[in-house]
Amino acid sequence: MTESGQSSDRPVIVLQNLVKFFGRFAALRDITDSFAAGRLYVVVGDNGAGKSTLLRVVAGLMQPSQGSVTLLGSQNVRDVAHRIGYMGHAPLLYDELDGMENLRYFAGLYGLSDDSVCRDAMRQVGLDPELERRVGQYSQGMRQRLSLARAVLHNPELILLDEPFSNVDVHSARDMATVLGRVRDQGKTIFVVTHQAPLMEPVADEFVRMAAGQIVARESMKRSATVIGVATGGAR
Amino acid sequence: MSQISVTRATLLKDLRMEWRSKDAINSMLFFSLLVVVIFSFAFNPTAEESRQIAGGLIWVAFLFAAVVALNQTWARELRNQVLDAYRVSPAPPNALFLAKVLGNFLFVVILEALMAPLFVVFYQLRSVGPVWQLVVVALLGTWALVVNGTFFAALSIRTRSREIMLPLILFPISIPALLAMVDSTTTILTGDGTPGFWLKMLVVYDVVFTLVCLLLFETVLNAE
Amino acid sequence: MKPLSIAFVVFTLALLGFSTYQALVVAPTEQTMGEVQRIFYYHVPSAWVAGLCFAVNFLASVVYLWKRSLDADALAAASAEVGVVFCTIVLITGPIWARPVWGIWWTWDARLTTTLVLWLIYVSYLVLRKFASGGQTQTLAAALAIFGFVDVPIVYMSIRWFRTQHPSPVMGGGENSGLDPTMLHAFFWNLLAFTFVGICFIVARYRLQLMENKVEAAHAQLALQGGAQ
Repeated sequence: MTESGQSSDRPVIVLQNLVKFFGRFAALRDITDSFAAGRLYVVVGDNGAGKSTLLRVVAGLMQPSQGSVTLLGSQNVRDVAHRIGYMGHAPLLYDELDGMENLRYFAGLYGLSDDSVCRDAMRQVGLDPELERRVGQYSQGMRQRLSLARAVLHNPELILLDEPFSNVDVHSARDMATVLGRVRDQGKTIFVVTHQAPLMEPVADEFVRMAAGQIVARESMKRSATVIGVATGGAR
Repeated sequence: MSQISVTRATLLKDLRMEWRSKDAINSMLFFSLLVVVIFSFAFNPTAEESRQIAGGLIWVAFLFAAVVALNQTWARELRNQVLDAYRVSPAPPNALFLAKVLGNFLFVVILEALMAPLFVVFYQLRSVGPVWQLVVVALLGTWALVVNGTFFAALSIRTRSREIMLPLILFPISIPALLAMVDSTTTILTGDGTPGFWLKMLVVYDVVFTLVCLLLFETVLNAE
Repeated sequence: MKPLSIAFVVFTLALLGFSTYQALVVAPTEQTMGEVQRIFYYHVPSAWVAGLCFAVNFLASVVYLWKRSLDADALAAASAEVGVVFCTIVLITGPIWARPVWGIWWTWDARLTTTLVLWLIYVSYLVLRKFASGGQTQTLAAALAIFGFVDVPIVYMSIRWFRTQHPSPVMGGGENSGLDPTMLHAFFWNLLAFTFVGICFIVARYRLQLMENKVEAAHAQLALQGGAQ
């Protein structure tokens, strides 16, 4: 039940007969689908549906058992690594360093040596660049914000986020959702895996439902606005 | 982001983190001291005898201290799964490996520099041969242990029983290097001949295994 | 089992029977060491087969890393196991030979010590295979196999040098020199027989691993189609 209405751009992600086994368990079962650029996709589904696995395979952290992933036109994830941002379920930050130190290091991995990029990223997610507190002492909300900053630091075209709102206070979560909407408006493509779909309703373009390792439904927000009962377009 | 800049950035980050937490340093220092003391109780040689056996004792002590240090290396990257952030980035995996090896090398050399005087005191050691040769042996030998140790630590961190796994796979492969270190140290201390062959062998060992590590690290890093 | 396999095994058994006859009956008794020297016909061929197994393990591991072929990995696992067994035989027959002849159980002679180190390296390989989890086992093991094999010549050279610095009795020294022609005869028959025995074991273990892989693949396919895990 895929929805049409995609932009005429070349698809950002193309999955071809994608399969991923963990021993005898098939986490991803023969997925073939494609996703257009410039949209914010929200991936939902029960635990064990394969959402995180799909994200990790797309990010290049895992190799598919069978099938292929074409990312931004390339079959080799390493080639386009600088155009992808990933935010994992875990914070992916160093507890012993403060915010700016963390971002400076990761910026260096992408070849960015300018401090202002890191400062801007922190401000964008609502954190103070001058804060010298170690990340280990951050609240969960702050940690997730910083993790998001790390993921978008290098201005990637494709951003993958795995449960960015877990254990985060409502205020921070809403802020992050807004930031994501703004980033999407700049033309980036975003994938968010979350159990808290309502949070993303104001900004989502499409909901992708997964079950038992397959994509079972895709609903474009603008079309089914009446069903969900929310105003269309991004609420600010 | 060149190989060198990423290696340097990673090394500095690790040093900074090590300095801040001081976890590993303090426990390592104390552990090294303990090892020296216990060995002194176990073996109580005369000054003459000590030159014969010190080579073996010192290197076994360094080996155990190094293994405890090596196990910590990757633990930091697995906390918060922060290694994923590196893997997702375009930074070359070998830069990460080199940074870890250099960091470990520095760390273990510092440990050795602190333990050696203790050995000299407890065993009344006086070297017959030139001391600078001992330093060369120590540097070459430490690199041999650390380069393979860092690689195998990355391997063993993905297994069950990770603490025992590292020494289990590291020791057998390191035997030729250990033999070289022990025998050349003994040769230098007693002044009985020259350690020329051993030094050459250590250089060969270091070069060969550094290459093998660099060749295989990316594969091992991305093995899920 | 296929008829070819059965024929191969029967042939191997016949060969082994013949070589044993050569070693225990036909070959003359050694002058100084006596009957105990006959262990030589088992000690050295076992070492040879062990070396062969580890060479196969190295090649299979390289092929695995290159082609990601599970069959290659199966061969690597099989050859390592068989190699360790033959290594163990060398390490046991060595002291059995040494004790009556030289009065000592063990001497750190170059060849025996190298075999010991080899044994340690490949046992650590087998332990790694056992303790690694899931899909990474093959990759990690293959990496270790390469390290191990590259180390072998270095090990041998260092121990040889160590021995020239600190000499000690050589196990079965000169067994390759001054061998009576009938002894050489028996030696080569046993070499051949042991090689065949080694091949039989490797192939059997390899086939077992292939079957295990097939079962896993079948389960995986089921999971792929089934829906419920």
